[in-house]
Amino acid sequence: MSLLEQPSSSSLSAGGMTRRQAWGLVGLVAAAVMVWLVFAVWPDWLNAILISKKAFVSAILNGITLAGLYFLVASGFTLIFGLMRNVNLAHGSLYLLGAYIGYEVTNHTGYWLLGVAAGFAVLAIIGVVMQVFVFRRLEGDDLRQTLVSIGISIVAADLMLAVWAGGTYQITTPEWLDGALTLPIITAVRSNGVSVFLTYPLYRVVVLAAAIVIGVGLWLMLNRTRVGMMIRAGVDDRAMLQASGVNVHAVFAVVFAVGAGLAGFAGVVGGSALSVAPGEDVRYLLASLVVVIVGGMGSITGAAIGALLIGLAEQIGLVYFPTYGIVLTFVIMVVTLAVRPQGIMGKAR
Amino acid sequence: MRMHRRTLLALAVFTGLTAPSMALAADDTIKIGLLATFEGPFTVLGEDGERGAMTAVAEMNGTVAGKKVEIVKGSSDASPDSAVRAARKLVEQDGVKVLVGPLSGDEGIAVKDYAKTQPNVTFINGTSAAQDTTLRDPAENFFRFSTDGAQWMAGLGTYAFNDKGYKKVATVAEDYSFPYTQVFGFMAEFCKAGGHVPSKSWVPIGNKDFSSVIAAIPEDVDAIYVALGGADAVNFLTQYQQGGGSAPLIGGSITVDQTVLTSKGKLRDVLKGTPSAGPTADTNDAPAWKTFVEAYKKQPGAFPSPSLFAHGYYVDMKATLLGLDQVGGDVSDGGKKLRDALSKLSFDTPTGKVSLDKNRNAIADIFLTEVTEGADGNLMNKLVKVVPQVNQTLGIPEDEFMKLGAVNRDNPSCP
Repeated sequence: MSLLEQPSSSSLSAGGMTRRQAWGLVGLVAAAVMVWLVFAVWPDWLNAILISKKAFVSAILNGITLAGLYFLVASGFTLIFGLMRNVNLAHGSLYLLGAYIGYEVTNHTGYWLLGVAAGFAVLAIIGVVMQVFVFRRLEGDDLRQTLVSIGISIVAADLMLAVWAGGTYQITTPEWLDGALTLPIITAVRSNGVSVFLTYPLYRVVVLAAAIVIGVGLWLMLNRTRVGMMIRAGVDDRAMLQASGVNVHAVFAVVFAVGAGLAGFAGVVGGSALSVAPGEDVRYLLASLVVVIVGGMGSITGAAIGALLIGLAEQIGLVYFPTYGIVLTFVIMVVTLAVRPQGIMGKAR
Repeated sequence: MRMHRRTLLALAVFTGLTAPSMALAADDTIKIGLLATFEGPFTVLGEDGERGAMTAVAEMNGTVAGKKVEIVKGSSDASPDSAVRAARKLVEQDGVKVLVGPLSGDEGIAVKDYAKTQPNVTFINGTSAAQDTTLRDPAENFFRFSTDGAQWMAGLGTYAFNDKGYKKVATVAEDYSFPYTQVFGFMAEFCKAGGHVPSKSWVPIGNKDFSSVIAAIPEDVDAIYVALGGADAVNFLTQYQQGGGSAPLIGGSITVDQTVLTSKGKLRDVLKGTPSAGPTADTNDAPAWKTFVEAYKKQPGAFPSPSLFAHGYYVDMKATLLGLDQVGGDVSDGGKKLRDALSKLSFDTPTGKVSLDKNRNAIADIFLTEVTEGADGNLMNKLVKVVPQVNQTLGIPEDEFMKLGAVNRDNPSCP
């Protein structure tokens, strides 16, 4: 080996980043740009392009909190749909029913937290009932499950219309969740040198925090506990799990209860942030379908990533190109299906 | 063979089920189709429209020219194709010769186009208020005794500029023909008076999360003009309140309507004092209006005061019944006599005299209002001023008005 060759080979190893490193670098640059966009005071030309810093940062924050809400609904959906191969197209109805129950309980007792708890508990029970009386009978029969759950969602929508009529309900949040937070983000500087800080509704921050806590909790449950182990084992090989003495049906009933309960919980939380009206069921079913398809079925992490993408796309689209904003969501879905059909975090089976 | 028998049985059952609806109405009844939004985001609006229509029927004791009135309901979800589907069902399956509806702007334009294919059926509008339902390319057999969205705004732009002192106003409205018409009506006066509209946000119908839209509104505007309906308005107003919005609001006709004012929640606080204009005013003192409110309240589930949907459907149904009465309930000639009678019809409604122009669009009084809290705690539209007999061209000569162009997202403009 001559001395001349050495520098070239060492420069090759230094310059030849792995693919992973290259992506890491791109990510780092993107993160730096993002941090600059959020915290720096914008020059005029940037304000001219992106309407205003306030609009841009609010759209990002709203996208993230909306993602939190979508994640709450979609995590239940992904648990049932992905892990149990159980196609439950009535998931949106569970959301709406949870919202109505939350409204009634909050209205009668005056305690919002009680409404949230009731939304979770009642829907968890309904979830178990659906699993035991309907889906257990159709195990492994995808088409019939789909048709039956569509049927349930139509009947449920009409029953809810009969009980709560077509009005728009607003679940009243307690005083301590009202008001706005002043964030340490300067949106503009007035001519007299006073900085204008961004204010953001406190309630939305709470929604986001709840979504993160629940997401981490679900992930820990699935990956670190005995029940989670049983759920994963049951998905991979049900017969084997059963042979080792585990009551598979009980495990699946638990999963269904958690999934449906989360939908109900999301209904109350979402109904307080936005509003409750007929038609919400279909909207959230569609949102969670898209989130689960983009994120990958059965993956909690995937649901989080999918929700984040869809939430951001929806809000940024709404501000910058409202007429075609809805297309953006589906472009993301189409691209995902074309490039990675199993979803971003999905396993190819 | 077995399959064949089953198919036959299914066919027989199917025929049995559909036959009754195909049967012609007996001679002593008149079938009237009632098309409104009984599903989707405008459900509450549609239900109140029905109450208004039924108030008119009840006023005539359910009979016209000695024949019993039979109402056949059709439901849409505020999308144009659902409205046409419902209208087709009413006309082609139920065989109605007279149809009252639809409720929403784009629906009206779609049903008007469908009306052209059914020259023997008479269509009377519900509350759809897009300008081009009657102004450009109208249908001979489509009548609108309720006024359009631009007419409803009569007086508001001038009032906002002169009396309220707003010079710069941003608009937020849904992205379809009716809000285009409303924004046009508001801006026609406001811009003429010297005001500016630097920012217009168009949001998709059924949008839930408005907080990003609210953040994008420039901070230096004097007021925000909001033309959203039903659940959309409730969501916008709630989030505006949550986000600590401080600019005063100016309401589109259906934004401060009873369908929104009766909603529960904190949005009430931001609504008080909001000026608006429309075909009705809750605190109207006219005896005819008070009689109408009492009659309306007899309908099940009625609001404290009729919404403009109840009013619009009432006026259009009343005109329909008066027209039918004049021709003795006879539509056997393909409704020609009825349409002649309707064209010439001029009558007193709870909100003043209504007559039609050459495009069969109403000329009527418009009410300038402001939201106040009534003695019973309900929010009400307080009457500020009556603008008498507003026509579709807003008092501008027709050829000049047509030069302003069709309403859309970018027309009019005065940044």
